[in-house]
Amino acid sequence: MSTKLFVKGNEAVAMAAIEAGCRYYFGYPITPQSDIPEYLSRELPPLGGEFIQAESEVAAINMLLGASATGVRCMTSSSGPGISLKQEGISFMAGSELPGVIVDIMRQGPGLGGIDASQADYWQATRGGGHGGYRIIVLAPSSVQEMYDLTMQAFDLSDIYRIPVMVLADSVIGQMKESIVANPRPVTELPAKDWAVRGRREGQSQNVVKSLKLGDGEMEAFHWKMHARYQELADKECRWEELQTDDATLVVTAFGSAARIARTAVAMAREEGLKVGLLRPITLFPFPQKAYTQLTRHCKRLLDIELNTGQMIDDVRLSVAKDAEVEFYGRPPGAGSLPTPEELLEQIKKHYS
Amino acid sequence: MRHDVFIAGYGGQGVLLAGNLLSYAAIHEGKNVSFFPAYGVEKRGGSAMCTIVFAEGDTGSPVVGHPSASIILNQLSFDKYAAKVKAGGVCIINSSLVNCEGIDLPDVKLVKVPMNQIALELGDLRMVNMVACGAYVAATGALARPSLEEALKKTLPERNHRLIPANIKAIEAGAAAAQG
Repeated sequence: MSTKLFVKGNEAVAMAAIEAGCRYYFGYPITPQSDIPEYLSRELPPLGGEFIQAESEVAAINMLLGASATGVRCMTSSSGPGISLKQEGISFMAGSELPGVIVDIMRQGPGLGGIDASQADYWQATRGGGHGGYRIIVLAPSSVQEMYDLTMQAFDLSDIYRIPVMVLADSVIGQMKESIVANPRPVTELPAKDWAVRGRREGQSQNVVKSLKLGDGEMEAFHWKMHARYQELADKECRWEELQTDDATLVVTAFGSAARIARTAVAMAREEGLKVGLLRPITLFPFPQKAYTQLTRHCKRLLDIELNTGQMIDDVRLSVAKDAEVEFYGRPPGAGSLPTPEELLEQIKKHYS
Repeated sequence: MRHDVFIAGYGGQGVLLAGNLLSYAAIHEGKNVSFFPAYGVEKRGGSAMCTIVFAEGDTGSPVVGHPSASIILNQLSFDKYAAKVKAGGVCIINSSLVNCEGIDLPDVKLVKVPMNQIALELGDLRMVNMVACGAYVAATGALARPSLEEALKKTLPERNHRLIPANIKAIEAGAAAAQG
């Protein structure tokens, strides 16, 4: 058995970034994610890396864009209001086909909101919160181990598809401590970054990283190229977890922290003899549509649980068989609003038939 | 076997350190652990809580509505959380600060330990959380006491390792008091 470490979710993100070879971090403090910059401000410089606390989130995301354009692995992190500020830069990165990892430890909103656990930024994350019509990969860890593993994968996915990747969690996953195994970086074949701007040497052609596309038909071609890439992501990179869905009459579906609480509610329902399962999307974009399509061939009733008033449910409804029913139980974020497994069990019983 | 324990008190009583100690002890025993903290913005005097879940397999929800064991260090936490303990569960209270006269917790084993008094007698009130952890392992048997001693090495920074023997004494005293 490998040695188990006991670390906070946010620290696991920072550890994984370092293991993934990320040596450049740009950010600005905001609760509940400040453990990430704190950790990296201590650990990156001795490794020869750079930690920069920018003057604002806008500056940080543009530093990320600049660093990424030179071909290095880099990361930023923030929460709620800070992620909103970063949207312009994310749009520019998407338009420039630049990789880069953005960690969003969601807090309540709108506005300044508060620091309690929230899933209210599902739409912002999965629809591309900036302008121009783009998508980014969104990964939703549900444990500290996954904070580590998915952050590491985020860098590879980002490099392979030349697309920003967001790790989307909240204060439950970010602030809790769990026993984890800090797996070494897997060997992955990555495409050469021959597009990076590193200074032109004699005889080499010029590389240009930009999102301004004024040529006749240039922008249309770009959009169709990206459209095909999003389709490729949907075909190859959907990730999800299914728990006891084979014989289920009712399947609970939830992501991140809500899925974590639902897991125990499902186990409690099973103990009472109810045939209940769990379907947990791990990639929120690409959304694991096929998992829902397959599942609803035999299970016609889903209960979608979110820490908001219903956002992922849009994607669930687009994915299920036409004759499937999708029920909803939401707890909008706020102090004292985190549901317990016992409360979710009540909802399961209410919709179980 | 899945165990969960909820610890509550005011900031400064070492609630989170106690939670970390139990977590490391569970890891020492090869278990998976989830430690979920919740605390006010104050450094001292606000409320502090944490929930620890440990299991051989999946720890499941870090949020627990009805814990099977609670360690309650002050009156405010007792008034708010004691009634949440699951039927058949254990509620370990710091009887130096909690008055539970006339309060009926049906189907819950109430373990009263004068934690402040014991810690003071051992020379430092700050060991109240160690007394509490000792009482917890004695009252529930969920973890072995030697695992707590191992966990102290991980929980305390190196510069405080000289205090480990005193803390072990506090754990033992808490255990003895809980066994009554």
